[in-house]
Amino acid sequence: MHAEDVDCDRSAVHVKPWRAGADAPFIQIDGITKRFGDVAAVNDVSLDIWKGEIFCLLGGSGCGKSTLLRMLAGFETPSAGTVRIDGQDMAGVPPNARPTNMMFQSYALFPHMSVENNVAYGLRREGLAKAVVADKVKDMLHLVQLDGLARRRPHQLSGGQRQRVALARSLVKKPKLLLLDEPLGALDKKLREETQFELMNIQDQLGITFIVVTHDQEEAMTLSTRIGVMDAGRIVQVGEPREIYEHPGSRFVADFIGTVNLFEGRVDVAAPDAMRVMTDVGPILVDPVQGLSARQEVAVAVRPEKMRLTRKQVDAANSLPATVQDYAYMGDITIYKLVLEGGRTLKVSVANGDGDGAPITWDEHVFVSFPTRAGVVLTA
Amino acid sequence: MRRSWFLWLTAGLGFLFLYAPIASLVVFSFNESKLVTVWGGFSTKWYGELLRDEQILGAAWISLKIAALSATGAVVFGTLAAYVLLRVGAFWGRPVLRGMTTAPLVMPEVITGLSLLLLFVSMERALGWPAGRGMMTIVIAHTTFALAYVAVVVQSRLVDMDDSLEEAAQDLGAGPVRVFFDITLPVIAPALVAGWLLAFTLSLDDLVVASFTSGPGASTLPMVIFSKVRLGVSPEVNALATLILAVVALGILLAGLVLRRR
Repeated sequence: MHAEDVDCDRSAVHVKPWRAGADAPFIQIDGITKRFGDVAAVNDVSLDIWKGEIFCLLGGSGCGKSTLLRMLAGFETPSAGTVRIDGQDMAGVPPNARPTNMMFQSYALFPHMSVENNVAYGLRREGLAKAVVADKVKDMLHLVQLDGLARRRPHQLSGGQRQRVALARSLVKKPKLLLLDEPLGALDKKLREETQFELMNIQDQLGITFIVVTHDQEEAMTLSTRIGVMDAGRIVQVGEPREIYEHPGSRFVADFIGTVNLFEGRVDVAAPDAMRVMTDVGPILVDPVQGLSARQEVAVAVRPEKMRLTRKQVDAANSLPATVQDYAYMGDITIYKLVLEGGRTLKVSVANGDGDGAPITWDEHVFVSFPTRAGVVLTA
Repeated sequence: MRRSWFLWLTAGLGFLFLYAPIASLVVFSFNESKLVTVWGGFSTKWYGELLRDEQILGAAWISLKIAALSATGAVVFGTLAAYVLLRVGAFWGRPVLRGMTTAPLVMPEVITGLSLLLLFVSMERALGWPAGRGMMTIVIAHTTFALAYVAVVVQSRLVDMDDSLEEAAQDLGAGPVRVFFDITLPVIAPALVAGWLLAFTLSLDDLVVASFTSGPGASTLPMVIFSKVRLGVSPEVNALATLILAVVALGILLAGLVLRRR
C-alpha cells in the first residue's frame, strides 16, 4: 500500500502533466468566443489540454459546452480567439481537414451503410488500399467487441451496439483528438457504467486525447483526468475530479457537482487555528483561510457525507441539534433530510455499515456534527 | 377496439365516393356496345380498337416521353432547390427563392401556361430559341411546375434527416460534394423516387399547361382525349383510361415498395 503511494507520487508529473506544466499543452484554446447574434454562447474561454487526457466539459444545457466542442471540430467558426492542436492553428481549416474526429450524441451512423462500411468510411477518404482498410476495420470492430456484426445495418443493432459502432468509426482514423458529445447519454444506467470503464480502457490502449461533453457529473467524475465546469458560456473552474468536488471554487460549482449544504454568513473572527463564520444557523468553525477580511460575506459548503449524525451530542468543532424530517434508504447509504431549529433543512448521508443498533428514523432528535476541515469557505 | 357500424359506414362511403367513378370506367371499358352508357355484354374489342388507333398511340408515346423527361428534370432542379433552401443557411434572395418554388403549387394552371407561352414566344423572338413550340417546350413547362412539388417532398425529407449525418461524413474527411453524393442523396433517395413518380403523373395528366405550350405535331394524350370527348365519348377512351389507371397503379405500387425499404 505504502509502496504504491510512493510510486504514484513519482510518476505524478508523467501522468498529470498539467500539474507540472513540463510539456507544452497539446491543445491550446485561447480566448475563444462564439456569438450568435447578441448572445455569446461561448465567452472568452481559454484552456490547455495535455496529450492523453480525458478532459470533460461539464455543464447544464445551454452552457455552451457543445458549441465549444463544435468549434474544435470545425463545425462552428469562432467569433474571436484561436485553437491550436499540436501546435497547428486551426483557423480556416475545414472539419474534413482537421486532425480531430467526433462521436455524435445521436451517433449519426449512416443508415444506408453496413457497420463495416460505416467504420471504413473515414479510412476510404484517406485513399488507403482496400486490404489495409479491411484490416483496420476488423481490428477496430474487435476492439469494441463487435466482431460478427460487420454486415448488419445500424437499425438492426441495439442502442449499446450502435454506440460502439459510433465509437469505432470515430477512433479508426486514430485522430489526434477525439471529441465526444454526450457519448453515453442514450444508454441505460447499467450499460453506461460498463461502457465508461471500457471507454477508459480503449483510451488508455490507443493514447488518443479525449474531450468529452457531458451534463452528467457522475460520468465526468468517473471518466476524466480533469473537468472544466461551464456556466453561461464561461469556464468557471478547471480541476481534477477530486479537486472540483472537495474544493469547489464557487457556490455554483459546489452546488452543481454533487449535493452540498450551503450556509451563508460573514467572517467573524479569523484565528490561527480555526475561523469562525457567523451564519443563519449560528457560528460555524472552519479551517482558517488566507486573504479574508473580517465581516466579509462568504458561504460555507459542507458535503452531506462529511457530516456525522448521532443521537447524543459528541465532541466536535460544530454540532447542531436537528430533527429527522425524512430519509431515503439507498442500500449502501441512507440520505437524511433534517430540520434545524431555525427551520432550515440539511442533507446528511450516512454509510450503512454492519447494521449495529437501530437506525435513526423519522422525528428523532439528533445532532449533526462536523470537524473544521469539512467546511469549504466560498467567496464567489 | 371494436369497430362500430358507423366506422364501417364512413369507410364504405369514402371508398364509394373515391372509386365508384373509376370502377364504372373500368367496367364500361369492357362494354360490347358502341353506346358508352348502355351495357351490351362483355368484350375486349375496344382494347383491340385502341391498339390500331395511330393517333392515340402516338399521343401516348409523346406523353410518356414528356412525363419521363420532365419528371427527371424536376427531380434534379427540385432537389437542388430544396437543398439550397434548407442547407445553405440564410442568404440574399432566399425568401424570394422559397416563394418562387412554392408559387406553382397555388398558381392557377391557366396563368402558368399563359406566362410560359409568353416567355417562349418572346425568347424565340430575342434569342431564336426555342424555335417554335412542341415537345421541348412542354417538357420545360412541366419541369417548371413539377419542380415545386418535388421541392416540397424533398424538403420534408431533408428536414427529417439528422444534420449530424452530413457533419459526421465531413468530420471523417469527406468534402462537401462527396458528402452530398455519399450521404445526403442516398438518405433522401426515397423522396426522390416519390417526387419523380409524382412529377411523372402530374405531367401525364396535365391538359391546360400542355395546351398553352404545345405546338403542331406535339399533342399529348390528355389533349387528344379531350378533343375526342368533345365529339362524344367513345368506349375506346374508356379502354385507354383503364390502361392508364393500370400504369399509374403499378407506379404507385412500385413507389410503395421502394419507400418501404429503408
